[in-house]
Amino acid sequence: MAMTQERYVGREVLRKEDPEFLTGRARYVDDMALPGMAWMAVVRSPFAHARIKGVDVSRALGMPGVVAAFSGADLRGEWAGPLPMAWPVTEDIKNPPMYPLATDEARYQGEPVAVVVAESRAQAKDAAEAVEVDYEPLPAVISVEDAVREGAPLVHADLGTNASYTWTLTNGDVEKVFAEAPIVVQGRYYLPRLIPTAMEPRGAIAEANPVTGEITLWSSTQIPHITRVTMAAFVLGMPEQKLRVIAPRVGGGFGSKIRVSHEEALLCVLSRRLGRPVKWIEERSENYLATHHGRDVLQEIELAADEDGRIRGYRVKLLANMGAYLFLVAPGVPLLGAFLYCGPYGGEAYHFECTGVFTNTTPTDAYRGAGRPEATYAIERTIDQLARRVGKDPVEIRRLNFLPPFTEPTKSPGGLEFDAGDYGAALDKALQLVGYDDLRKEQAARRERGDAKQLGIGFSSYIEMCGLAPSRILGQLRYGAGGWDAASVRVLPTGKVEVAIGTTPHGQGHETTFAQIVADDLGVPVDDVDIIFGDTELVPRGMDTYGSRSLSVGGIAVHRACQKVVEKARKIAAHMLEVAEEDLEYERGTFRVKGAPEKAKTIAEMALPAWTAHDLPDGVEPGLDALSIFDPVNFTFPYGTHVAVVEVDTETGETRIVRYVAVDDVGTVINPMVVDGQVAGGVVQGIAEALYEEARYDENGQLLTANLTTYAVPAAPEVPAVTIGRQEIPSSSNELGVKGVGETGTIAAPPAVINAVVDALSHLGVTEVERPATPENVWRAIQRAKAQGPPGTQGGSATGAAPATEGGAA
Amino acid sequence: MIPAPFEYERAESVEQAIDLLAAHEDAKLLAGGHSLLPLMRLRLARPSMLVDIGRLRDLSYVREEGDVVAIGALTRWHDLATSEVLQRACPIVAHTAAGIGDPQVRHMGTIGGSAAHADPASDIPAVLVALGAELVARGPGGERTIPAAGFFQGLFTSALAPDEVLTEVRVPRTAGRGWSYLKFHRRAQDWAIVGVAALAGDGGPPAVALTNMGDRPIRAAGVEEALAGGASPAEAAERAAEGTNPPSDTFGSAEYRRELAKVLVRRALEAAMAGR
Repeated sequence: MAMTQERYVGREVLRKEDPEFLTGRARYVDDMALPGMAWMAVVRSPFAHARIKGVDVSRALGMPGVVAAFSGADLRGEWAGPLPMAWPVTEDIKNPPMYPLATDEARYQGEPVAVVVAESRAQAKDAAEAVEVDYEPLPAVISVEDAVREGAPLVHADLGTNASYTWTLTNGDVEKVFAEAPIVVQGRYYLPRLIPTAMEPRGAIAEANPVTGEITLWSSTQIPHITRVTMAAFVLGMPEQKLRVIAPRVGGGFGSKIRVSHEEALLCVLSRRLGRPVKWIEERSENYLATHHGRDVLQEIELAADEDGRIRGYRVKLLANMGAYLFLVAPGVPLLGAFLYCGPYGGEAYHFECTGVFTNTTPTDAYRGAGRPEATYAIERTIDQLARRVGKDPVEIRRLNFLPPFTEPTKSPGGLEFDAGDYGAALDKALQLVGYDDLRKEQAARRERGDAKQLGIGFSSYIEMCGLAPSRILGQLRYGAGGWDAASVRVLPTGKVEVAIGTTPHGQGHETTFAQIVADDLGVPVDDVDIIFGDTELVPRGMDTYGSRSLSVGGIAVHRACQKVVEKARKIAAHMLEVAEEDLEYERGTFRVKGAPEKAKTIAEMALPAWTAHDLPDGVEPGLDALSIFDPVNFTFPYGTHVAVVEVDTETGETRIVRYVAVDDVGTVINPMVVDGQVAGGVVQGIAEALYEEARYDENGQLLTANLTTYAVPAAPEVPAVTIGRQEIPSSSNELGVKGVGETGTIAAPPAVINAVVDALSHLGVTEVERPATPENVWRAIQRAKAQGPPGTQGGSATGAAPATEGGAA
Repeated sequence: MIPAPFEYERAESVEQAIDLLAAHEDAKLLAGGHSLLPLMRLRLARPSMLVDIGRLRDLSYVREEGDVVAIGALTRWHDLATSEVLQRACPIVAHTAAGIGDPQVRHMGTIGGSAAHADPASDIPAVLVALGAELVARGPGGERTIPAAGFFQGLFTSALAPDEVLTEVRVPRTAGRGWSYLKFHRRAQDWAIVGVAALAGDGGPPAVALTNMGDRPIRAAGVEEALAGGASPAEAAERAAEGTNPPSDTFGSAEYRRELAKVLVRRALEAAMAGR
């Protein structure tokens, strides 16, 4: 079988998984029913902070269809330990234990305090309402600023403080650089709390086998492997090999399903106790209280610069809202941005400091971008201030400060070695695509005319880190696991290929992208390659999907496993062709004898002989399969420039995005269509963060945005078409040259949009706008500027004095 | 997501619906369900019984009756938006209907259901008030006609008695008059943060009514008075917030809504006077 067709990598292969999704045949947890299955409903604290004086389930037990009901005290003996927290970032981190049901105190609205099991979902829900909990409300603290104040109510009284940890990083002589710098600009930014809002809320079914002691847990999760090891050993106290975790089709996650959850633990225990499968599906309003939130960070950044605007130093201080407890990787989320507050720019001194703070709110954790949107927002907003301060255009200031182009690892001020990039080229491409010069002319004309609707152009030249992560570095950062991933490639006797991957797709298109890599490596049609994932029994090794790691770690494991198969096949081919291995050339599935290319064997041709094993060379095991476990040596660093063009109605404060250009270098592109989809989706989510989404609590810790009506996720009419440009400089961190694309848009978009809003209003004296830039927040920024007089009179652009913003209600 | 338990009856006639309402305390009428059902799913509404009138086809119509366009209470937004009669005789209603919710909502939600729900953030109440519409209700004691200005009595409170069914909405023909309904919202599917219904030009004095500037749709009397006194739209609009009591919520503060009302009233008047 001669391979004459072009390579699959780089082609827009239609997604193999889509027919199943598009015809409604994909099976999610909620599509599953097991014989004898019962339903769980969770009773949650209505208070942000309250003492639990008593829980009475007797009335619930008398309700129709109710099977069982338990308080936290009833189940206390079931737990081998608290729910896991995997990233103790400092030695002295305060990590109060968190159990699946609270027993003494509830510390956030939505914290589980009791469970009910009934024959139907509706019966469980009705009975949950009948559980009587005697609460004594306690003072609550909501915002990070309030929480660190002297005398603030304590979330965990026994800790004596609301501060969980402080983590620092210093490179160079920061004090000296700042003392000597002629220019220092400061920014202070509050990034609102966000709610991930995956299309499919969480849900799970546990089925315990009372005879064998095995439990199977089907869960809408991003992390079946991490769940298995942590849940079995630390929470349920059962042998790890007896817990099987299956992530079937999962309808999005955005980080919110990186969770070893209260509900999963409860289902396992309830199934074990009741001897029946037990199911739970989260309601949307429950999702908004009980699934983790993201961001909610107060950042202060200072840049030290020369008079011409060249940056010499960075100084960053964060207060990160952890919520009431530390969820799985929450303390480490700021660390994923900690090294990147220098963006793609140079400099010689760098200091970062972050304090994780407890509040009486839903715990936060990773949300698409995790740490990197925070860093990008801080530097990209502040470099615009620096531009205004030194009288340069935002484009000029960026060009002045970019690290020069490079293809080998290059040290950045934050201390990481970036892999490969040409930052200026990406910016130039973006300028060309957006038509920068004409836009500035149009902007000037509108200002001249005094139009109600003003034009603004905003830039974001971001860099991020993907490919989580080199295990050694994770060890240095005190993460509780490694960052490798695994793949098994099996060439079946019929020549078809089955690949078991350790990453767990939930919308990313692994089944297509990985199949393209395999098809090229083994010279088989892409339709002959099937990808298996998301089941700890079928795929025993894996570290799952988050942090744009699947391709740049898992994809490399797939590629290397293919190489191993090829090496084994080489032995068999040499034997079959009766030549030495060195006499064979290999290209895309075919071994040819050097100098005699008509003598050839394809991988597919060798599949059956390798399986029958009738005539294998000595010492060669039957079968054509291989496992690879890849541990990256370095992160990957996607980057690019995004440009937002907005029209701001100066009378109403309404912002409309009229053009959006994204130029990204995500390394080698395997499937351009999948990449474009990730870019566009990420940008939309970033625009949502900039203009629409904000989780708001009142001063008592009641979530005011607890449904899709009040939590403003934009829909298609609200978001623009995204013009996508691309630059492709292979990463030096792996042999495929891939970097990662899952989060670029979410990381890049918010500062581009907000810089554009500020740019539209800069002639009015506006230098800052609170996020999200809702019509009211923009209107308020305009009113403040008007009250302060024309620009220049306050020197406001130099300090960028942001209004104090709070996490609480406005 | 999952409502509290309730009984359900489908009414085959208005009379049967009235009987069911009278027989069951705490019963609610179900028309398109796009206001009531979301509240029930959040368990913020817990009616003991739903009386489903959604299939009373004889309450779905748009017809001209002299100077009036009569609209059946169960006419859906989509049918109003695409009604050739309304587009000709009272285009502000068709236009407003076209901007409510999303296509799914517009194919289910009804004008009568929205009016009876009396949500001050809904669009149609202010339009009906600006138009001087009349609403027809039928109860055990027969039929009565209620002017729009008196129909909306407060937050989710209408003039309907618990055993009355809203059967018809009667709007005047406005053909030839300028009109505008401006709805300010963040997302296409959102309720109005502020909305302004304006009628101007030949055929009567200018009329302006506001959405979501109080516990019910409010006639902008100060604006109308200023216009009658010869003020320009910009001058008159400065009085848009007079007599209003807008809410402060996650969509906007009262202060912002007052300022927004001025901008939107000016724009709505300018659009109406331009004779669109």
